[in-house]
Amino acid sequence: MLIKVEGLKKDYVNEEVVTKVLHGLSFSIEEGEFVSIMGPSGSGKSTLMHILGFLDRASHGKYEFEGRDVTSLSDDELAAFRNEKIGFVFQSFNLLPRTSVLENVKLPLLYSSKPHHNATKRAQEVLEQVGLGHRLGFFTNQISGGEKQRVAIARALINNPSIIFADEPTGNLDSKSGTQVMAILQALNDAGHTVILVTHETFTSEHAKRIIMMKDGLIVEDKKVTHRRIAKDTELIK
Amino acid sequence: MIKGAFSALNASRRRSILTMLGIIIGVAAVIIIMAIGSGAQALILSQFETFGSNLIGVLPGKSEQNGPPAAVFGVTITTLTLDDAIALGQKNNVPHAIAVEPVSQGAGTATWRSESYDTTFFGTSADYIEVEGGELESGRFFSADEVDSTARVVVLGSTVKTELFGQSDAVGQNIRLKNTVLTVIGVMKERGTVAFQNYDDQVILPITTLQKLILGVNHLGFLRVKVDDGANIEQTMIDVTETLRERHGIKDSSGLSDDFTIQSSRDAIETLTTVTSGLSFFLAAMAALSLLVGGIGIMNIMLIRVVERTREIGLRQALGARRFDIMSQFLTEATAITLSGGIIGIVIGELMSVLITLVAQQMGYDWPFSFSLVAIIVAVSVSVAVGLIFGLYPAAKASKLDPIEALRYE
Repeated sequence: MLIKVEGLKKDYVNEEVVTKVLHGLSFSIEEGEFVSIMGPSGSGKSTLMHILGFLDRASHGKYEFEGRDVTSLSDDELAAFRNEKIGFVFQSFNLLPRTSVLENVKLPLLYSSKPHHNATKRAQEVLEQVGLGHRLGFFTNQISGGEKQRVAIARALINNPSIIFADEPTGNLDSKSGTQVMAILQALNDAGHTVILVTHETFTSEHAKRIIMMKDGLIVEDKKVTHRRIAKDTELIK
Repeated sequence: MIKGAFSALNASRRRSILTMLGIIIGVAAVIIIMAIGSGAQALILSQFETFGSNLIGVLPGKSEQNGPPAAVFGVTITTLTLDDAIALGQKNNVPHAIAVEPVSQGAGTATWRSESYDTTFFGTSADYIEVEGGELESGRFFSADEVDSTARVVVLGSTVKTELFGQSDAVGQNIRLKNTVLTVIGVMKERGTVAFQNYDDQVILPITTLQKLILGVNHLGFLRVKVDDGANIEQTMIDVTETLRERHGIKDSSGLSDDFTIQSSRDAIETLTTVTSGLSFFLAAMAALSLLVGGIGIMNIMLIRVVERTREIGLRQALGARRFDIMSQFLTEATAITLSGGIIGIVIGELMSVLITLVAQQMGYDWPFSFSLVAIIVAVSVSVAVGLIFGLYPAAKASKLDPIEALRYE
């Protein structure tokens, strides 16, 4: 069991006003799944992703990751988990400006406790995996939006994480680039990676194998995708 | 990480350099202070070494302990005479005096044939070489007998010799000082400026000859007493004071009614050292102020950078950066700014020090160029310290950002 959540609650306290965002969620995710967390804005899906991705802590409830209770980890331990276990892909790419594609992909290794002897070779590998082996020395302002998101995926892959979290990864992309990104995520899942996709679009969510539907801080539906969409990108995937 | 810090600076080069200015000025000031301090110190000491430190000077007129002599104010004081000098030379009055040099000075034109040159007339006794030092290039110095007999002889400083005679031999020639004809009996070796006195641009003649035949005066400009041993300076100052009070009929032993001022060359060294260390202190205060202002500038710019790069900080946190990593990143950047500023400051400071040295040497002072490794180590450590101290608050602020809010920051 990769992720096991029981009675997960999240309250925000702001000037003594308590806002309840998550009202007690329970579910589990197995290794190798492709799960889409879907819901309208304000449903709590981003908060859930932040907690699952160790960027935030639950107020109540239990969160087990790879069989380990992570609710009591220190900030630095959470940072180490983010570094080694999680690969994030954001809607707005979040690449460093004035920095080469290769350096961007290598960035997580800077914070890794493991020694990396072949950092450049490893970065080249993951960039080739997303079809950007020819863009290594380019600066991030010299490539297209779709390419930026693929660099971000390569960056997420470099530490060989247990889970890839993709938060609205196609939100800032045209449909062709969006298709490419979804095709890569599906290919990675086919290769054994666990992918958790956060989106508000039904169309995008249907690329996953399972949809966790959220509304007002609660899971309203947890279902298998019967007619899964397959993103085809002949240019990219080998 | 260090590479990253420098490339981040390079990205906003103009702002970084402006930010560095305070550090550059402060560090350059530190370098200059240390160079000037040690240069001036070496100059003063070397001056008094060649000059002899066992000297006591007596000036006419009263002056405060550390104040300027009365003559500085343009007042001619006639209280000190040649007879005073003779009395001080007697063993029963001042037992530790090995030489007494009365000095009277004037200025005027020295003429040889059609050549003429404006210079200083330095009237003194045969003890001149003993007290002042210096060597003869050719000929001889005048004797005590020639001083007593108001002999019409003169010894030329090297500048005067060259100006009047060029390469030709001066000894045995007659020159005129104002309207008095004197025979050149010697030429001094070139000596340069020692203790703020140019030894080459003067003619030296018996004090009697200068007083009676040329200036028509009877008083001394000052006199110098050479003491046999440094340990006897205090005692000799007392002996000189008592002898002069007795001769001048001064009964008051408090010193308030004295019509002369007595100072040892050691006092002079101390006075000069006080002046230079006061100057150094002032410059050091300026440097400290400049570094403080520079440091505040660094803090300001680093706070701006933290805000500008909030999203980047959030991203780095998401990728696994711990608080410590973020903190060290911004501390490294702040230190990279101050260290770069420090290195530029060191270069500018050293260049200024070389310039000051060259100007001082051009003016004839024996001012050594001192390249101080200590100064550079101090400058580098100070600039690193400023970066660490003033970078701490912005770096701490950056490290405390909440990753989720930082990632959402627009």
